[in-house]
Amino acid sequence: MEIRNLTCISCPMGCPITVEMDGDEVVSVTGNTCKRGDVYARKEVTNPTRIVTSTVRVIGGKADMVSVKTKEDIPKGKIFDCVKALKGVEVEAPVRIGDVIVPDVAGTGVDIVATKNVARSLPV
Amino acid sequence: MYDVIIIGGGVSGAACARELSRYQASVCVLEKEEDVCCGTSKANSAIVHAGYDAVPGSLMAKLNVKGNEMMEQLSKDLDFPFRRIGSLVICLNEEDMPGLEELYERGMENGVPGIRIISGEEVKAMEPNITDSVYAALYAPSAGIVCPFNLNIALAENAYENGVEFQFDTEVEDIVKLDEGYELHTSRGTYQARYVVNAAGVYADKFHNMVSEEKIHITPRRGDYCLLDKSAGNHVSRTIFSLPTKYGKGVLVTPTVHGNLLVGPTAIDIEDKEGTNTTREGLDEVISKAGQNVKDLPMRQVITSFAGLRAHEDGTEFIIGEPEDAKGFIDCAGIESPGLTSCPAIGEMVAELLRDKMGLEKKENFIATRKGILDPDTLTKEERAELIRKEPAYGNIICRCEMITEGEIIDAIRRPLGAKSLDGVKRRTRAGMGRCQSGFCSPRTMEILARELGVNMADITKSGGTSRLVVGTNKDRL
Amino acid sequence: MKNYDIVIIGGGPAGLAAAVSAKKNGIDSILILERDKELGGILNQCIHNGFGLHTFKEELTGPEYAQRFIDQAKALKIEYCLNTMVMDISHEKVVTAMNREEGMFEIRAKAVILAMGCRERSRGALNIPGYRPAGIYSAGTAQRLVNMEGLMPGREVVILGSGDIGLIMARRMTFEGAKVKVVAELMPYSGGLKRNIVQCLDDYGIPLKLSHTVVDIKGKERLEGVTLAEVDSTGKPIPGTEEFYSCDTLLLSVGLIPENELSNGMGVEMSRVTSGPVVNESLETNIEGVFACGNVLHVHDLVDFVSEEAAAAGKNAAAYVKGGRTEVDGREIRLNPVEGVRYTVPVTINTARMDENLTVRFRVGSVFKNCYVSAYFDDERVIHRKRQIVAPGEMEEIKLTKDQLLKYPDLETITVKIEEA
Repeated sequence: MEIRNLTCISCPMGCPITVEMDGDEVVSVTGNTCKRGDVYARKEVTNPTRIVTSTVRVIGGKADMVSVKTKEDIPKGKIFDCVKALKGVEVEAPVRIGDVIVPDVAGTGVDIVATKNVARSLPV
Repeated sequence: MYDVIIIGGGVSGAACARELSRYQASVCVLEKEEDVCCGTSKANSAIVHAGYDAVPGSLMAKLNVKGNEMMEQLSKDLDFPFRRIGSLVICLNEEDMPGLEELYERGMENGVPGIRIISGEEVKAMEPNITDSVYAALYAPSAGIVCPFNLNIALAENAYENGVEFQFDTEVEDIVKLDEGYELHTSRGTYQARYVVNAAGVYADKFHNMVSEEKIHITPRRGDYCLLDKSAGNHVSRTIFSLPTKYGKGVLVTPTVHGNLLVGPTAIDIEDKEGTNTTREGLDEVISKAGQNVKDLPMRQVITSFAGLRAHEDGTEFIIGEPEDAKGFIDCAGIESPGLTSCPAIGEMVAELLRDKMGLEKKENFIATRKGILDPDTLTKEERAELIRKEPAYGNIICRCEMITEGEIIDAIRRPLGAKSLDGVKRRTRAGMGRCQSGFCSPRTMEILARELGVNMADITKSGGTSRLVVGTNKDRL
Repeated sequence: MKNYDIVIIGGGPAGLAAAVSAKKNGIDSILILERDKELGGILNQCIHNGFGLHTFKEELTGPEYAQRFIDQAKALKIEYCLNTMVMDISHEKVVTAMNREEGMFEIRAKAVILAMGCRERSRGALNIPGYRPAGIYSAGTAQRLVNMEGLMPGREVVILGSGDIGLIMARRMTFEGAKVKVVAELMPYSGGLKRNIVQCLDDYGIPLKLSHTVVDIKGKERLEGVTLAEVDSTGKPIPGTEEFYSCDTLLLSVGLIPENELSNGMGVEMSRVTSGPVVNESLETNIEGVFACGNVLHVHDLVDFVSEEAAAAGKNAAAYVKGGRTEVDGREIRLNPVEGVRYTVPVTINTARMDENLTVRFRVGSVFKNCYVSAYFDDERVIHRKRQIVAPGEMEEIKLTKDQLLKYPDLETITVKIEEA
């Protein structure tokens, strides 16, 4: 039996979670306050994932940059492939929250979407 | 070939340049930094001393009292902040009274106006936050405080208006005596001049010793300071000194012209002429000594600390004039405290010396006055409204701690010898000098600098040279 | 002079939530004054996720969270001025503001809600010795440069302070191609949320050195490196533990300070502990009709609680303007923070004016494990809640109800404390 101690990152409470494992099998999850903690812990010990947030440059917008995120969490091991895939990406204003900026980023099947509205800059 | 080259754009160099610009002569200032006021002149106590410290009969004594006298009119002519707030030298024990009396005697001999020794009770009535154990004090009503940046900048701008050239990022590396005059080898080419004024601050010994066999030696004497928030600015209303020790004037507590409270300096002799780093010991010393004369100092309100170097010459005296063996080379060396106070008189003395040697004629069109950067706070509501109507940038606050507008920052950049860096803007406008220490305004000031100077954000520096504030763009190295 | 029922100083999360709440509680004449070029405040540069689990039951980024409130404010047709700096607020609630278009102008308000947020402590406030080169930024300034302008402040980074912004910036700088060498924290515990240590430092192998500080800064023009040293239990560096880290960037995440210059100017009474106004159950300051919420009141960790607090301030301001507030006899219950509890917000409670439910928020002074959060109504222990861990970096709360308080008609003091198990 292997014991793994985690801090849940699902919400700011940061519950200390203990996972009991037998090989690759999760035997028990304890210490979590809610269901999300259980889900997080099982995933974290088998296939850890994260939401990745970053920015890309905007052309012709009221702001120079627009913030973006992976629409869902992606495998931890893919984080740097994901941010590298954003290098040099530019979008034209206007941008709306939820707009797909890069589809299927780094072969994860997950889209990069905008998290901010950027209007067109006013014509000078 | 210039008539005169001045090495150094600190207060001494700028004052010499300004006074020389009254005469018909070609004058050039060589400054190794990217701006004027980058050495000793930018990091000091900002005090206009009354003049009781210096040994009677010394040049220091004479120029101190004279500089103090000149400062008020100069501040009106050149539009920089100066306030004659008076000073107190605090004596805590009866047994130290001879020291205080000696200062009084010196002051009388030096011709300091209005000084008197006052009792502890009188001190407490004037300054309720002075320690209860105060025994007596020397009160000097003529002492004052000044904005050292704007004094220096105003002198330089006015000199420039009157035809003096300024070359920045130009470090003098060698000085060669010619048949007539000197050749200066610099980091940016060679310059020739009939006369050289050596106003190089802590480096003045280096240049002097290149041309003269009568060697001088300057020690950088470091002083650490703490600057407190404006909320502490009224803690004392005059400059509070300790009785001097062999290391200078001890730790003083003073309001600044901008309403902050300044505490310092220490006095540490060092080797490095660029050693403007504060140290833990130094700052601790400031904090512990500050409380000796002033009680309940709100040291939690410190917003920044800094260190400055005084150019201390071994003889503890200003060296102003031509060495016997170096004709045409005018020293302006060893200008430590009260150098800031004395600078108007130093400039006048050097200019008159050169006038007599060179037979200079006065210019007819000398411009004696200069307007500083407009401070919208000095306007009436109606005037301010009118200003913003004409120049909307004056309605846009950039530095929210000091309430500095975009209009003032643009002025600081566009005016003669304008700001080229974040610190240049800060010294001219106070943007970034407040309690958040440029946390909020630095990106916005950088944007304005980039726009006005027509350069990229990545080229904007804190203070010239390699002090770039950003190093590239996101993901550029991924 | 223009007149408004409620003028809100600041259009960040607190100001927006207060405005929306005031409007929903029947006030039409509301004006938000915002100094930046857009609403949303600091959330606009907080592009990371983790916001809104409490408020919206989903995980949002800062800009998305802000947009939810901006959309509500716009749907409710709440007026706002951007790029507008408030210069002064008089004791009589005349607000002097300035912008490019209108110059200086005055607004008379029946009620004022203070929602100016906070600023970061600077290097100067810490008195870190050394040179003063380029490359030393507060974490929030670096966050703005990277996230809003797309500019890299540096390549090799040391972070002092483990506040949340510092932790978040450790990951951000890593994503943008910088090397974050170490995070040093003066205290023996982190000032940030545990989950941020996991997902911002641990995930990327960035070491966190507790009980360490910067003792020297090297580099005359651009930063060349910093020296870290371990500190003793009083926070003093221990000689011999110095270690040099070469770096071109030092980010400071060493605390946030409520921005109360305007509040001070109008005569609002301040707490020395929070550096924010002293408020009653209505989040009202000592000046009648002047309310405070969000980080200007006390520094929060979670924007969700800012929104909740601000909504209460907006509702209470609305009640004040409508004049329907219960007159009070002046008898107030005082909250008394002791034994590990540093402060409470609010400081006093008047049962006649309080809502059915009241959240009392507070912070502790150090880390306590397996302890109880307790509240004593005078001498009687009424609340006794077991906690595995409480830490200064995470705001705590207790919930009181009106019914509960009305059962104690002679109650004078509620003492809030941490009790060992």
